[in-house]
Amino acid sequence: MSRFVDIKLRVNGEDVSATVPSRLNLVDFLRNDLCLTGSHVGCEHGVCGACTVIVDGDSVRGCLMLAAQANRADITTIEGLADNGQSDALQAAFTNRNALQCGFCTPGMLASALGYIDGGGTADRDAIRKHISGNYCRCTGYQSIVDAICDVIEEART
Amino acid sequence: MTGPAHIFDKPNRYIGKSSPRADAARLLQGRGKFVDDVTLPRMVHAAFLRSPFAHATITAIDTAEAKDAPGVIAIYTGHDLTDHVTPYVGVLTHLKGLRSAPQHPLAVDVARWQGEPVVMVIATSRALAEDACELVEVDYEELPAVVDTETALDADTPVIHPEFGNNLAWERDVVAGDIDAAFAASGVQVIDREFRFGRHTGVTLESRGTLCDFDPSENELTVYYSGQAPHMMQVIFATHLDLPEENVRVISNDVGGSFGIKIHTYGDEIATAAAAKLLKRPVKFIADRFESFVTDIHARDHVIKARIGVTNDGDIVGIDLDDLTGVGPFSMYPRTSAIECNQILNLTGAPYNLDNYRAKGRVVFQNKTLMCQYRGVGHPIAMAVADGLLDDAARAIGMDPVAVRHLNLMADDSYPRASATGMKLDDLSHQKALTKLTDIMDYKGLREKQTEDRKNGIYRGIGFVSMVEVTNPSPMFYGVGGASIASQDGATVRLDAGGALHVASSITEQGQGTNAILAQIAAGVFGVALNRVKVTTGDTKTTPYGGGTWASRGAGIGGEAMLQAAQALKDQVLAVAAVMLQTSADKLDIQDGAVTDPDGTLRLPLADLARTVYYRGNELPNDLNPELIATRHYRVTDFPFVFTNGAMAAHVEVDTATGFIKVLHFWAVEDCGRVINPLLVDEQIRGGVVQGIGGALYEECQYSEDGQMLNATMADYMVPMASEMPDITVAHIETPTKTSVLGAKGAGEAGTGGAPAAILNAVNDALSPLNASIWQMPMTPERVLNAIDAAK
Amino acid sequence: MKAPDFDYLRPANLDAALAMLAEHDGNAVPLAGGQSLMPMMNFRVAAPEVLIDLADVAELRGITRNGDHVRIGAMTRYVQLSKDPIILADVPLIGMALPHIAHDAIRNRGTIGGSLALADPAAEMPALMLALDAAIEVVGANGTRLIKADNFFLSYFETVLEKDELITAVVIPTASNTQSFGFCELTQRHGDYALAGVAVSRTDAKYRIAFFGVADRAVRVAALEDTVGDDLEKALAHLDEIEFTDDGKANAATRQRLAGVALTRALEEMTS
Repeated sequence: MSRFVDIKLRVNGEDVSATVPSRLNLVDFLRNDLCLTGSHVGCEHGVCGACTVIVDGDSVRGCLMLAAQANRADITTIEGLADNGQSDALQAAFTNRNALQCGFCTPGMLASALGYIDGGGTADRDAIRKHISGNYCRCTGYQSIVDAICDVIEEART
Repeated sequence: MTGPAHIFDKPNRYIGKSSPRADAARLLQGRGKFVDDVTLPRMVHAAFLRSPFAHATITAIDTAEAKDAPGVIAIYTGHDLTDHVTPYVGVLTHLKGLRSAPQHPLAVDVARWQGEPVVMVIATSRALAEDACELVEVDYEELPAVVDTETALDADTPVIHPEFGNNLAWERDVVAGDIDAAFAASGVQVIDREFRFGRHTGVTLESRGTLCDFDPSENELTVYYSGQAPHMMQVIFATHLDLPEENVRVISNDVGGSFGIKIHTYGDEIATAAAAKLLKRPVKFIADRFESFVTDIHARDHVIKARIGVTNDGDIVGIDLDDLTGVGPFSMYPRTSAIECNQILNLTGAPYNLDNYRAKGRVVFQNKTLMCQYRGVGHPIAMAVADGLLDDAARAIGMDPVAVRHLNLMADDSYPRASATGMKLDDLSHQKALTKLTDIMDYKGLREKQTEDRKNGIYRGIGFVSMVEVTNPSPMFYGVGGASIASQDGATVRLDAGGALHVASSITEQGQGTNAILAQIAAGVFGVALNRVKVTTGDTKTTPYGGGTWASRGAGIGGEAMLQAAQALKDQVLAVAAVMLQTSADKLDIQDGAVTDPDGTLRLPLADLARTVYYRGNELPNDLNPELIATRHYRVTDFPFVFTNGAMAAHVEVDTATGFIKVLHFWAVEDCGRVINPLLVDEQIRGGVVQGIGGALYEECQYSEDGQMLNATMADYMVPMASEMPDITVAHIETPTKTSVLGAKGAGEAGTGGAPAAILNAVNDALSPLNASIWQMPMTPERVLNAIDAAK
Repeated sequence: MKAPDFDYLRPANLDAALAMLAEHDGNAVPLAGGQSLMPMMNFRVAAPEVLIDLADVAELRGITRNGDHVRIGAMTRYVQLSKDPIILADVPLIGMALPHIAHDAIRNRGTIGGSLALADPAAEMPALMLALDAAIEVVGANGTRLIKADNFFLSYFETVLEKDELITAVVIPTASNTQSFGFCELTQRHGDYALAGVAVSRTDAKYRIAFFGVADRAVRVAALEDTVGDDLEKALAHLDEIEFTDDGKANAATRQRLAGVALTRALEEMTS
């Protein structure tokens, strides 16, 4: 029994081992221990979605998961999505639609958008709005984000 | 003011083009640099113990146990910092009579709102600092709290600052014409309503934060600051921490939203800087979401009794209003907390021909979070009052809301002129904007559908607002009142040896696309490709001196400075080119990175020119002194503000069983003068509209009777989310302002300023068959149901 | 907003988990999906000495059909429920409710057992268990108990669960051809906790109606259930028996009214 926990996990394709305080949450671990500051901390109570990362293929709130719980997990952050090309189409569409302003919600928004697209989501605006409704954006008004996700889906179809 | 035509219409211009932002990729790849992303050697972390009471005397503070807690470096109380930080007072001389008490970064002896910082703990991690906060023991004697604005001035209400005798912070009366006579005239109907606007807050997704680093060897403080006005903060840190101004460097890298929240003096940030100075090492403070809710400035919180008089033909004869607002226990420093009330007095009814106007404003102290300027400052209230009353009056006399607006809006050819309150107006297009609005929304079709729907028990409503927006403020906004807040901005443009431009500006980027439009202006005016411009903003050490980005001033003021600087550099470069090419400058142009003939024929690539200047000056005549850098500054003269105008409409459906309101669609026609980048401007409008919808339908800081904020979480304070927001159609009228060559006015606050009025009017239009109406924001389901019940 | 410190334990099986729970005698809290516990810890309103992470306890996983009932392991995540053919076929009410429960990222971690143990009165899962006449399987030092959902929830965040007990599964009667289901929740924003919500199951003419988000726990009203088939208006009068929540989002009167609307709409959906 210890207030520190040894963990081994894979982050953005690289093996990581660390000894972390048991209370350290995943997003703080990613940001502070691994210097992956692309994931953001917006509310620390699971509502805003800025810390959303991909854990074993699922989008997950990084503030509602302990680093200790991520033992043996495979994690992808916004940096990983850029490096492995998974977010290429979304990046292009978000840029063209100006679907970000301050960019603080963007890492979570991309993770959620990717979850929708990879889950076979269609270019149905209402469905997209519902899907990203756990990700708070104070800047855009959301329309451009919906547009961008539609663009990616429609381009993939043609 | 006019400029050379080539600025706007030459082949490689960028002004007016929907160019995507160059810096989007950085943010999309997780390569942004927000304050909390910066880590410095020996950095420690601040956490604050905050007052749990709205009003309490601090009788004792025991930090002994906390000092021994793991990781703790230092602990400071209010008294510990009084020798190191001078107090500040949020008053300005042009807001005559405004008073506020000296404020300390940490409460000294008395805490005056729930959340006021009382003790600062510095530890090696934020978690350990929070642990130690729990070990600090503070003895409080709770005092009665002043919570309700409507009783704040009563004789038996406790006085927050006894030296003032009562809780009045400021009052002002504005009178034009004779409102009583106008209302008493025969054939005039007077509509009387009481409006209530709840408290909101900005909820920037990136919370406030600061990283302060002090180097004692140079006596220098470096502040990484998430905010909008680096030079203003430089003065504040220098003044109150007793440092030479030039020894304070304020850096704003990426800022995760601001909206007017991060432009004030927050005790926790000042205390963090003091700790860095005392400890001689970097100290970071990142507000958590609870701290954001109880310490970020709040806004709105107005009760307004208002009347409008109209003739049976629909002519407005006058507006009379009485605004009461509560601003917390202090006026916020340095911008003060009287501006929102002042804007309401100045702006209500400003789009309309109005001879008689009377407005009274009272600003009172209360034991709640401080209130100050948040996106739209006063506009959503002024517009909702005037246009809410106008639509109500139109209903009373059986007139269409569009017709009544066309009848009363100032004519597009009537400028320059003044509003009833004496605001100078020019270059506005109310009539054109409203016409365009009704065209793009198919007003006639919507009305026909509405009639059909009502037969089926579907209550849909259409609501309008015609609005003005204060943008591009001159020195008359703050500087005139003694605030060290720059009203001018500077831009520097430098031609580098490789033929690229490095530009720097004193306006700042919080996501609007500031850097993108600066590059567009510089590239287009000077004559290089957009991707050959590198932009620096947000650093007091490396940018010209200026105000920053707030009050919808960035593009209009900072953009004009950039235009002037780029033009100046172009003239300087052509003077050099003329010598090198043995011709005269007026026979040359710069296009696509090269000096050309006027027809575009290549004469000399800029890189060749620059390399000659920088490396082989021997090839130039000795009496030629090439300057490949130019700086220009710009401020608005002749006008206190440059007003913009817009017309907006909302289409809503009210579920009369639940009181839920669905916004079906929203339209905005905005005249922000010259549009520099439609892609970015449209998104500014949309984001602003959604913030306005938030204020109209969801957002409210709820307080208990003893001054506890009840919904200080993101689960309980409801912000607009994607699922409920409508698609928003945006269109433009472009009436460039004559105050600059660029002709750009602001656009950032229009949506927030206008949307609440349009939503209010749409809801009341929907409820009109039930003879129900609502005059309180946010229009929660319960309030809507109550309004429907009241009409039964 | 950092959680207070705690010891983190990760038992490999159910026996180990129960032993740890017993050993720490009320100072340990089981960690299931963490989607409610973690925010409470971050706000420091929950400060357990010990967290027992149930992630590796295989006995708590799995969805099986055994004759006339379906057994759902306590650590089953919402996302797993939403994709499970047994759930979709035999417990359709859960399928109807899932899209309303928070958002993807929460559903990817949140578990059915965690939600029931927490007993948030605004949560959907307790009401679903009531409407479905589910039983909650609980294991502790004194063995296994099967507790009817009707008897499980006591008040705000309070259940009959003893401090040394764990929820291992829920057992739900398989839907029959004679059954139909309704669900409605009224939220201002998609995925929020409801201002009022209701889950309905009807077997022939017999109703089980559970409201959530309206009182200190998910509630049924017998008199309402008995009369709703005959006269909805009259049945709604029995909502008076509920002590409705009064808070910043809605007062008790509004909540009562919205509960009535939610039920009316759920029933309309069932017949349409």
